[in-house]
Amino acid sequence: MTDTPSRRAGHWQWLLLLPFVALLWVPFYNDVEPSIGGFPFFYWYQFLWVPLTSLIIYVVYRRVKA
Amino acid sequence: MSSEINWTALIVFILFFALVTVLGFMASRWKAGDLSQLHEWGLGGRRFGTWITWFLVGGDFYTAYTVIAVPALVFATGAYGFFALPYTIVVYPIVFTIMPRLWAVARKHNYVTSADFVEGRYGNHWLALAVAFTGILATMPYIALQLVGMQVVIAGLGFGGEGIQGEIPLIIAFIILALYTYASGIRAPAMIAFVKDIMIYIVVFAAVAVIPLKLGGYAHVFQAAADAFTAKGGNTGITLKGAQMVPFATLALGSAMAAFMYPHTMTGVLSSSSGDVVRKNAMLLPAYTILLGLIAMLGYMGIAAGISVKSNTEVVPALFQAIFPDWFVGFSFAAIAIGALVPAAIMSIGAANLFTRNIWKPYIDKNISPERESAVAKLVSLVVKVGALAFILSGETKFAIDLQLLGGVWIIQTFPAIVLGLYRTRFNSWALLAGWAVGMVVGTWMAYSTGTPKPVYAINFGGTTYSVYIGILAGALNFVVSVVLSFILRGEAKDQTVATDYELHPQP
Repeated sequence: MTDTPSRRAGHWQWLLLLPFVALLWVPFYNDVEPSIGGFPFFYWYQFLWVPLTSLIIYVVYRRVKA
Repeated sequence: MSSEINWTALIVFILFFALVTVLGFMASRWKAGDLSQLHEWGLGGRRFGTWITWFLVGGDFYTAYTVIAVPALVFATGAYGFFALPYTIVVYPIVFTIMPRLWAVARKHNYVTSADFVEGRYGNHWLALAVAFTGILATMPYIALQLVGMQVVIAGLGFGGEGIQGEIPLIIAFIILALYTYASGIRAPAMIAFVKDIMIYIVVFAAVAVIPLKLGGYAHVFQAAADAFTAKGGNTGITLKGAQMVPFATLALGSAMAAFMYPHTMTGVLSSSSGDVVRKNAMLLPAYTILLGLIAMLGYMGIAAGISVKSNTEVVPALFQAIFPDWFVGFSFAAIAIGALVPAAIMSIGAANLFTRNIWKPYIDKNISPERESAVAKLVSLVVKVGALAFILSGETKFAIDLQLLGGVWIIQTFPAIVLGLYRTRFNSWALLAGWAVGMVVGTWMAYSTGTPKPVYAINFGGTTYSVYIGILAGALNFVVSVVLSFILRGEAKDQTVATDYELHPQP
């Protein structure tokens, strides 16, 4: 049972917790500044976490598959 | 909104609606299978690859009601409405972790529903019945709300006002939907989802490119919104008020936990062709979250454009009418209306699968043949939709919205039984059933404790009062009851699954 895919992914799977920390700790991003292109921080920060989350899942996916 | 019929928009609208109707009926021959089998009618024979699943789940999870309701909430309250964004981001690590296991075990034992899994995993009819009942209960109002989305755009086309004139187009649309779902099963929404999603992408990208140009740029849009909220006062604004942070975060987390426990999203996942398809989709589906974030922005654009509406749900149609040329208004309204058909179809299929597999078969007709099983499910999918239509036409829209809100609280109560089961923890099934019952009762009570149903409940913690999403509170209580009673009742093993059933194997 030592080489099932989930075991091999090991602690890489902990990366999946990052979006939870980044988005559920609201006081961290509940601000207008710094704004980018007219978008207050609150908004572009949340938008930014969409591709970041995909990327994190991709990294873990590669590990699970490898 | 105007009550004159907008002919250009109407013709474009009807054209696209006719197109998807043809597609819906043609779908029965797509990836041909024996539709007299439930897993063919209800899960497309589990043959959908990465892209079909992406369109299907995307079209199913991000519903027409979302397109109407999220901007409406942003229009009314501002930043608070954006909880939809963290919600639809954190949902994907959950999907990536949990759903491939469910797919694998469901494939191995031919489970069609979450309640099938619960039955097989714990060997407890009553727990399976509880899961099936909750799924159906939570889905019914959700279907009804898809109709609200459709109703809003039909009114926008000029069939406004009360009475039969506004109802006939809705009835026609629904009969069409009911018939091709009956005939083609899940293949119909899967095929239509392609058209619907591409249309929605076009509409939203056009909107976010064109509208701010007309309104003087994004900085101006946000400024206009900020000014409007300052004038309005209360718990509104383009950032959250202190008291809104806990409800914002708990709503996001709770909604994410609930999202893939619903029969319609679960059906989408189970109809994919491999666990790897599910994993890839956890990676690719966030593209729709960008779309949803942009849709939410329409609420602010409505403010900047000076839209005034009787009901907040009209803000998106009213904004499109104010900004877009008539033909594109027709196109965008068709996108929203078709956007209601896909989830409504899959929801009715998911509910029908649950009813047939987990209520009809075990309690009414034990020796049902596979052909009968599929026939019953088809019929139930019709009944479910007629029920939803009757609900909306009888003017119970407010009640449907309240129930949908409660639906999220209810469906989370199935999370412990399903997810703890997937991880093969040694929870006792009766303990899980007791936890479910406590969660359902307490959650419903909390929601109604102030009279009108609310998604949050105020709890006192260390001298400060926090409003927390009820789904999280009732779910936590459910979990605690399940843990404590499992220690008292100890293990019981009528598990028909083994550890390797949950692992993904290389495709042959």
